[in-house]
Amino acid sequence: MHIPDGYLSPATCMVFGAVMIPIWAAASRAVNNTLSARQVPYLAIGAAFSFVIMMFNVPIPGGSSGHAVGGVLVAILLGPWAACIAVTVALVIQALLFGDGGITAIGANCFNMAFVLPFVGYYVYKFISSGSPSGSRRRIIAAGAGAYAGICAAALFAGIEFGLQPLLYHTANGQALYCPYGLNVAVPAMLLGHLVFIGWVEVIVTALAVKYLQKQGAVFFEGGRS
Amino acid sequence: MTLTGKLWIGIGVLILLSPLGLIVPDHFNAGSAWGEWGLDEIQKMNGYVPKGFQRVSDLWKAPFADYAFHRWEGKDLFQRSFAYIISAVSGISIIAGVAFLIGKVLAKEHE
Repeated sequence: MHIPDGYLSPATCMVFGAVMIPIWAAASRAVNNTLSARQVPYLAIGAAFSFVIMMFNVPIPGGSSGHAVGGVLVAILLGPWAACIAVTVALVIQALLFGDGGITAIGANCFNMAFVLPFVGYYVYKFISSGSPSGSRRRIIAAGAGAYAGICAAALFAGIEFGLQPLLYHTANGQALYCPYGLNVAVPAMLLGHLVFIGWVEVIVTALAVKYLQKQGAVFFEGGRS
Repeated sequence: MTLTGKLWIGIGVLILLSPLGLIVPDHFNAGSAWGEWGLDEIQKMNGYVPKGFQRVSDLWKAPFADYAFHRWEGKDLFQRSFAYIISAVSGISIIAGVAFLIGKVLAKEHE
């Protein structure tokens, strides 16, 4: 789901960069209000976890591959704003050092994986788990459902961003200038790969980790300062 | 052991297992993720390289592109797995350091 350089027009990249600036500012404020000093190591672990889990490429029938993101798990543990920061750090280093995701596409990739993914995931988790004790089985199911919804929503957005390019940017004779695949190809490709395969990888990783954290007596994010 | 210690061990295990993310797709001949093709692949699949794409796609030369070392493309899976683990260790050191610093700055006010 890491959009490389060249697939999105410079204007698209600037729009997403501009959209992310207030999101990052809000994330800083929110984390400032909710993150306690003893949770700081968990923010580092969350960012590290997201980075390493994204290295586990899983083959998808049809010749392509994909990977989990881990952002919903971080959101469940530290809240969606902290997850936004943790995944952003991972994505920026991936782009700069490893060429995974474009430099110009950092805004769009962060929008999909560091904003849409943890927020959709967290609120689905919160909706399903609300009122359940932190050690309950419902919370594991909620975490899995959140993980699935989060990564599929992020894939949908990536598909839309890809798919809008040939509509918006083409030469007079109809040749695409950037991503050549329209919404009719990009959205189903991104969505199906994640709905059918990669979504379940995210579910398994997230549910297992939440189960483990429950056993360890970890405190999950509850909205206020802990 | 503290929970953070246990979780760091978990990250360490994931680092050691990370070459699976290289070996398993390789075994099934799986290519890039959708929309992450390079110039050659785009040319082959699409019939032409979009003009804007050509201009922007090589904008940035990442030092460890694809979690590998330069000029190691032809190396065997074992050596590429080694590079993958080194990439994971260095990436995680930097990412954890940066996230830790950001967390310190943001969480500082209510110590």
